[in-house]
Amino acid sequence: MDLRAPLLRFDSVICRFGEVTAVGASGAGVSCAIAAGSFVALVGASGSGKSTLLKTVNTLVSPSEGRVLFGGEDVAGLPPARLRRRVGYVFQSIGLFPHFSVAENIAIGPRLTGDKLPPARIAELLALVELDPALASRMPDELSGGQRQRVGVARALAGEPELLIMDEPFGALDPLTRAALGNTVRELHTRLGLTTVMVTHDMAEALLLADRVLVMDKGALVADATPQALLAGAGGAVAQRLVAVPREQAERLAAMESLGEGSGEERG
Amino acid sequence: MGDIWDILPGLGDKLAAHVVLSASAIGLAMLIALPLAVWASRSAIVSRLALSLASLVQTIPALALLALFFPLLLSLRAVFGPGLPTLGFLPALMALTLYALLPILRNAVTAQANLDPGVLEAADGVGMTRWQKLVLVEAPLSAPFIMAGIRTASVWTIGAATLATTIGQPSLGDPIFAGLQTQNWALVLAGCLVSAGLALVADWLLWWIERGIDERKRWKWAAALLAVVAGVAAALASQSGSDERRIVIASKQFSEQYILAQLIGARLEAAGYAVEYRDGLGSAVVHSAVAASSIDISVDYTGTIWTNYLNRTDNPGREAMYETIRDWELRENKVRVLGRLGFENAYAFAMRQDRSAELGVTSLADLAAVAPRLTVGGDPEFFERPEWINVRDAYGLRFARSRNFAPTFMYNALASGEADVISAYTSDGRIAADKLVVLADPEGALPSYDAMLMLSPRIAQNKGVIAALEPLIGAISVEAMREANLAVDREDAGKRTPKQAAQELAKKAGL
Repeated sequence: MDLRAPLLRFDSVICRFGEVTAVGASGAGVSCAIAAGSFVALVGASGSGKSTLLKTVNTLVSPSEGRVLFGGEDVAGLPPARLRRRVGYVFQSIGLFPHFSVAENIAIGPRLTGDKLPPARIAELLALVELDPALASRMPDELSGGQRQRVGVARALAGEPELLIMDEPFGALDPLTRAALGNTVRELHTRLGLTTVMVTHDMAEALLLADRVLVMDKGALVADATPQALLAGAGGAVAQRLVAVPREQAERLAAMESLGEGSGEERG
Repeated sequence: MGDIWDILPGLGDKLAAHVVLSASAIGLAMLIALPLAVWASRSAIVSRLALSLASLVQTIPALALLALFFPLLLSLRAVFGPGLPTLGFLPALMALTLYALLPILRNAVTAQANLDPGVLEAADGVGMTRWQKLVLVEAPLSAPFIMAGIRTASVWTIGAATLATTIGQPSLGDPIFAGLQTQNWALVLAGCLVSAGLALVADWLLWWIERGIDERKRWKWAAALLAVVAGVAAALASQSGSDERRIVIASKQFSEQYILAQLIGARLEAAGYAVEYRDGLGSAVVHSAVAASSIDISVDYTGTIWTNYLNRTDNPGREAMYETIRDWELRENKVRVLGRLGFENAYAFAMRQDRSAELGVTSLADLAAVAPRLTVGGDPEFFERPEWINVRDAYGLRFARSRNFAPTFMYNALASGEADVISAYTSDGRIAADKLVVLADPEGALPSYDAMLMLSPRIAQNKGVIAALEPLIGAISVEAMREANLAVDREDAGKRTPKQAAQELAKKAGL
């Protein structure tokens, strides 16, 4: 995987909002390359700058300093509509257009660049995100939260993007839906040969879905490792504090399980 | 009240004018408010500024707002030339548009501010340009709220448009104002009914559009929109037939003026002219409107012109006053004073007979002694007029209280004791009918008020018009005028419309 050319590259990116420096607080700026085909999780606490860094990719945020290169080109120089068709965007509040049907929501990106998606393609996209193609004519307020985010993913994929960026995509969903949708996205990533960058504050989700985890703290990139390496103790103090949470939870659950078996034996 | 059904069919013209005026004002307000709302959604300063200005306008009474556009447009003639209309449609449109701005603007700004930020982020995320975001997302999502604002604006505007009558724009206010002045309640009610009905229908149709947009049912809003367009188009079509060369006759807001306007109109019609009445105008508006040829004929009074326009406070005597005014009007305004009608409608102080006897007051000099215990009633402009200041200073009058009444209600106030003495008019029929005592003016502080026929510069040399109106000069005695005024103002079976009274007056005057 490392042999491939980087699809996305952050080059000394600093983002300031007035007095506050959200990204690149150390003064050096954030630099990092993401290879085509990789599934990268960007993890950090609230306010660590991870969402801001992600939004520089589709230019929803413009860096104060530095560049973001997509396929070797500075995103600042690309027409936003074209760029955003090549970069699928999924985010926590989903943002389905309430006055558009499911089909119209999915077709909006290509429509903006002059393409009309045929019903068969809509059905295909709905099937990809494991939804009944019959939902195409429904309005968003007739769907459940999980179904809506699946439509959100289908909308992001409609323009056949090379890159999928996701900002807390499952944050507002219940745990069951969250797990199911996570698996769906991971499968789509592999099946469609996507490059995916997912922002999350949940280290467990990052470890389970991604093949590379970046950790941000106070605007700086403090760790860059595979899930296996992180579990083995790499990545430094901040990363390990984040890893410790799911690890401790898993250990306690395992302990409860064995205790439960023990008491069952006593009763038996 | 059975008369209402006879009046209603005759209100078609007024209804059409009302619809065209209201629809134009709302349309123009939308053209201004909607882009402004978009701008406001991108700039907090614009938002605050626009909303405060619109709210400020809203605090001005509609009647005052309408009246303010007359002097404004008059001063704008310096820029746009004398062709700029100062009365009628233009000022009414401008005032009502300002009035309709607030609800549309406020709803549009609020709708924009309350849009789901997630939806806006998605619009950016899928690559919409600012314009696409506005057209595809912001506008359709705000539309139901904006429609609600337009509905509010429509109901307000249709109501306020009745006040356009006072600045010479025909509307459903015409029957209301005419009815109020002549105490013809059927006329008032008919005007109110039609205007309320119009407001309800507009509100209902716009509600359908709002619902249609909200429920995304195209047939629903399209059908309602079609009905609105058809209604406005029908009103426009029925208006466009109007003849540009009509002669416009003004009347101020009292019965005598309505009667004389009808008398003049009937003579011109008999001579083959098409005439149009602008009833119920403000006194100050009439004089400037005649000078501007927005109105062709009015009846004005020497005392009014003397104090208000020549700014004179002296009293050179009846003849000298008339001649000075006649020459001044021609020289300054190119307005032709055709002549005097033969009667005076002067200010005079009147009391009930019993009160006069009780207090021993028969002249203004007597009145001064008891005035501190009395309430004086006057028409809305009286206490601002120099005549009042003259009389007050000449006799040292100090009243306990002064109250304003519409001219028609002044006599009722006297009868009910709400006023002890009123500023009456000498040609008023109710002086005789109510057996009022007119107080003598030994100091000669009150100037004369000869009724004069005024012709605008446009028709000042029109031989046909002059020939038709010349017989009126000197033909109307104060007794005949009082009788006609009483016929219109009275409440009993003898009550006449201004038109009927004008016919009787013509007969009496031997015309």
